[in-house]
This record gives sequence, C-alpha cells and structure tokens, in this order.
Amino acid sequence: MKNIPQTNDNIKIALIGGPNCGKSSLFNTLTGSRQKVANYPGVTVERRSGKYITEDHQTITLIDLPGIYSLKDRTLDERVSRQVITGTHASENRPDLLLCVADSTNLRVHLRLVLELKHLGLPIILALNMQDMAQRDGIIIDPKVLSQALGIPVVTTVAVRRDSLKDLRQQLATSLRNLGPAQDPVQAPTTRELQKQAREIADKALISEGTHHKITRQLDKILLHPVLGLIIFFVILFGMFQLVYFWAAAPMALIESGFAALQDMIINFLPDNWFRSLLTHGIIAGVGSVVIFLPQIIILFTFILTLEATGYMARAAFIMDRLMAMVGLNGRAFIPLMSSFACAIPGIMATRTIEHHRDRITTIMIAPLMTCSARIPVYALLIGAVVPNDPVLFGYFGLQGMVLFGLYLVGVLSALIVAAVLKMTLTRGAPQPLLMELPKYQLPLIRHLLINLWERVRAFLRRAGTIILYSAIGLWVLAQYPKKPIGGLEPDIYYSFAGLLGRALHYVFAPLGFNWEISIALVPGMAAREVAIGALGTVYALQGNDGQVTQSLQSVIHNSWPLPTAFAFLAWYVFAPQCFATIATVRRETNSWAWTAFMVGYLFALAYLAALLVNMLTQIFLG
Amino acid sequence: MKYLSDLAKGDTATILGFEASRCNDMDFALDLEERLLEIGFEEGADIKILHEGPILRDPMAVRVGQMTIALRRREARAVRISAAKNTDDKT
Repeated sequence: MKNIPQTNDNIKIALIGGPNCGKSSLFNTLTGSRQKVANYPGVTVERRSGKYITEDHQTITLIDLPGIYSLKDRTLDERVSRQVITGTHASENRPDLLLCVADSTNLRVHLRLVLELKHLGLPIILALNMQDMAQRDGIIIDPKVLSQALGIPVVTTVAVRRDSLKDLRQQLATSLRNLGPAQDPVQAPTTRELQKQAREIADKALISEGTHHKITRQLDKILLHPVLGLIIFFVILFGMFQLVYFWAAAPMALIESGFAALQDMIINFLPDNWFRSLLTHGIIAGVGSVVIFLPQIIILFTFILTLEATGYMARAAFIMDRLMAMVGLNGRAFIPLMSSFACAIPGIMATRTIEHHRDRITTIMIAPLMTCSARIPVYALLIGAVVPNDPVLFGYFGLQGMVLFGLYLVGVLSALIVAAVLKMTLTRGAPQPLLMELPKYQLPLIRHLLINLWERVRAFLRRAGTIILYSAIGLWVLAQYPKKPIGGLEPDIYYSFAGLLGRALHYVFAPLGFNWEISIALVPGMAAREVAIGALGTVYALQGNDGQVTQSLQSVIHNSWPLPTAFAFLAWYVFAPQCFATIATVRRETNSWAWTAFMVGYLFALAYLAALLVNMLTQIFLG
Repeated sequence: MKYLSDLAKGDTATILGFEASRCNDMDFALDLEERLLEIGFEEGADIKILHEGPILRDPMAVRVGQMTIALRRREARAVRISAAKNTDDKT
C-alpha cells in the first residue's frame, strides 16, 4: 500500500439485513481476519466488529448487527439493532452509515426492511447480495430503477467474491466523503403498508422473476424426505460422533503426552520445591486436563460450522423440531445438545444458532446433563470396580455396558424433564413460533469457515489461559497447603485446605455414603471431572503412572467401598457440575451470573438428591 | 373455511388472510400475524407445501414466492387460504 492508512475510529458503518442474506459473509470478506467478537453488555446478543480499509486508505470500524426481518422490539436482536441505529444504545455509539444487505433472490421480503430502515434517520447504502445465485435462477434486477425508487445508492455484490465488491467499495468511499449529519428517527408505517410499498418497488425493479433455486429443490427432495431425510440426518450425526471420538483420539493422546513430557522436563530441570510442584501438579496438570479436549472441539465445530454454512442446519432443525417441541424447545436445540455428549463447552457455544433468547437459555441450562466424554473415565473406573460383567439379555450384552448406557439415558431423560419444567416456570412465556427460512444450499467458503473456527478455538484457549489457569492454581494451593505436620499418618492432602474442606464437606456428603476420601477428591475434581480420579489416587497414596493408579484404585474401590457408596458416587457424577470450564462458558454465553448460579445450584441439588436416593435404595435392596 | 394447517404435501393454494385469533395463546397470536407478514406470507401470495416433518407431518415447509419457510401447523392454523389443489403429480 502506497499511503499509510490513517485510522479514523470516529467513523463507523453498521451492516444490517435479514437472516440468510449473506451479511456475515460480506462482513468477513470486507474485514478479513481483523475482527472481534463479544457480547453487548448484559445481553446475549453477539457484537461482531472489525476494521475496514476504505478506498481512501482510511481505517474505519465495521459492526455486524444481528440478522433480523424487522425492527420491532420483539427479540433482543431486534431491540439491540434498533437501539444502535437510533443512537439510544447505552454502550454503542450511533453508526454514521448503514450498509443494508439484501438477498437478491428474495427482493420483496428484504426491501421491506430497507423501507423500515429509511425511517431511522441514517444514510443507507443497499447491497444487492447473492447476485450470482440470482443470475443462476434467472432473476434480473435493475439497480438503477431500484436506486431511484428508494432514493438511496444501490450496488450489487457477491459476498464471497472479493473482486465483486469493487462497486461497493467505491460507493462506500463516496458516501463517506459526502457524509451528512444523522437525522432523528421518525415513526414508520405499519408492516402491511411497508409490504405494499416494497411490492410496488420490487415489481418496478424486477426485470425477470426467475425460477425457484433448482439444486435446492432437488436436494430438499432427498434431504427432507420423511424417511430418507431422517436416515441421512442420523448418518451425518453418527459420522460426526465417530470422527469426534476416533479422529480426536490421536491428537488428544499427543496433547496428553506433550503435557506429560513438559512435566518431566520441568521435573528434570528444577529442584523439588513448591515452585516445581505448582508448575507440574498445578498449572500443567490443571490446564492440560482441559486443553486435551481441543481436538474434539475443533472437529465438532468444523462439522457444525459446515452444516451451518451449507444451509443444512436449518433442515436438521426442521427434521428434529417436532421432537424438541414436545419439551417446549426448538429444533435448533438438537445439534448443541448432541455436541454436549462430546463436551458441554462446544455444545453451549453452539447454542448461538438458537435465535430465541429463552429457548437458548433453556438449552444451555440442560446441556451439562448430556454425558460428556470427561465423565467416561470416572464411569469406567467405578463400573469396572463394582459391576460384574455378567451377560444379560440372552447373553448379547454385558451388564457393565448396560449400566453405562443406563447412565447416558438417565442424563438425557433428566435433561428433557428439566427442560419441560423450566419451560413451565423460569423460561415461561408466549411460545415462540418456528417460522424459519430454509435457505438455499451453498458451498461453504473454506476461508470463512477457518475464520469462524479460529474464533471458537481462540475463545476456548483464552478461557484455558485465564479462568482455568487461575482455578488450577487455586486448587493446587488448596491441595498443597498447609503441609503435613511431622509425625502425621495420613497422606499429605489430608492436612491441606482441600483436605480440611473435604473433611468438612464429609458431614454434608455422609448421608450419600461418601467417605472422607471421596469428599476430598471432589475438591480438586472441580477442575475437570476426570481429575477426581487422580485426586483419589493421591488420597489413597497410590504410586505409579495413570494406568497403574487407575488399576490399583479399582481394587481399592472394589475391596473397601460399600456398593451403595459406589453407586451413589456414579449418580452424583450424572448431575454434578464438576467442571469450572463449563461454568465459565455458561457465564460467558448467558452473560448472566444469575443464570450461571442457577445452573450450578440446580445441578448440585439434583446430584445430591440422586446420590442420596441411590444410596438409600441400594442399601435397602442390596443390604 | 380452509386453513394452511389443513394442507398436505404437494398442495397449492392462495393466501386469503390471517386469523391469529384461532391460536389459543393471545400473546403468541399478537405477534404471529406481523411475523408471518414479515417473512413473506401476504394476502394474494401463492403457496405450495413442499415438505412435511417426519413426525406427525409437522412442521411443514411452504414455498412463498422465492423462499421456503418452515412453520409449525399450530402457526399455520392462523393462515386462511383458498381451496387447495394438489399439483404434485403434474410437475
């Protein structure tokens, strides 16, 4: 670049448009990777902003407002968009210019929003996007006629092709050079009136109507077929899970051995003191136990983002909607909940595709009940220790497998019950209509997929680097200090704060049949579920590597835990929110401490009740 | 009177108007007419039922103009239509 770009942060352009108009694609192409994603304070509406360099070499701010059909105050998205555009938002300054993006293949519907926006007092440029698709479908629009009828500049774009944005770039520069002062918003006519105007203008500007997108029509015949579509949907899901578990296994083992090698290296280099212990047992062990899920998260999000970008996600929601409606949820809740079987963190992050705030909160609240992969080591340890692997059901299945399946089932059923209860109480309200556009199928753009994937990965790693790091250090301090007094007979951790806390908790946990060893292990187990196993190993002062500890632990449990204790511990793990990373994710995604506290509270309460019940029942039936 | 919710896959019809009062929940109904209008359902528009959900034939995918909209039958109850025709075999 010849000129040094001058930053002008005072100038801001807001992108606005209906859902599925390619607005986010356009935003990605205009800003590249120079973007930031956050939430508007106090609400779950995503604030996506980026830097755009104009033809005049000015660096200005571009914000991507949520996709909306209208500017009524019905949804949070609509309210925030209206507040930002009219300059009444508490933290976002009023933009100087609106770049309204419309889907060329759905001109009538999108024009109504343009007409509504014209009443809000800001200069507007209209970008007729998806020009390539419109051409393929034989839709021809005269931008000059449209521009005259609307009284605003109109350009055509293909958001995914950078070279198609020349007109838009020039128009942006021209409009910015001639920027007038913003006007006060005025009352817009009724929806019906705007609709009428939109239809009249569209009829004038449309030279040819075209036909319905042919590829989409053909694909939908297969993908939305009542039988075939359902089969394909489950094959896709099945494939997703196979890959999440099998492809992720190797990189996960690599990360694990990487962290182990790092620990060994530090042990070799540093003398045995508190600092070495903090680094190895505290930070590396704690952060490592969370970062290990990164491969699963990347694979899951690659799937989810691809399904979203191709337009299949709306079809998946269509297929599952009736089922989800039975517990008061929307079809879009299905994929996030399925993802939570791998890990609740990507599941909760994936709820961003759920448009309605209340439905989204309900989905987030129940996501941790899906049995995540961090529970598997704990389940495997306990089932292996206390459940004999007798053949059941005519010898086709083992009892251990059945118990594991049962634990999964209990999780799913409780999630559905909790969702139904929430829908009748806390997240109650007028039922939300489904009313969802099934967008045209599109090939995803790798570059945009990568930008979005990176945003998710970065959010995950940033948490691992901050809250997870702090909690790992905190838990380490709790487990290390104070030190064992001279002549102490119990293992070190018994005398530490964690030990004290665990022993105090033992009074609370005694009715569940938990011994003090379990109570202590639950404290560091807050870092991640499977950490409790390592902690139990420490409490029982077992030596050796992970595999050996697990094996000796299994015989300890087998020999010294009463059966009701072991079963109560399993029941506890079905419900307990034993994972700081998930709690932190809920806090971030709901943007509310109240909802976070509610989730932690109700899950602990359920865990306690379930463990109590299981302990009592097994005592009666087995004792 | 015929309503959108009565239609089956392959049926075509024309939208005559809205009767949101047919929905049991008034809060829900109040919004519904506006939302239907905004997404492209308007009086005089031709519609066609393209697909039905695998469970209880719900929701339904309806073509309006150039768009395909998914909606539940309980929402479709509010849309009054002209007599339906099934044109699936001919196209």
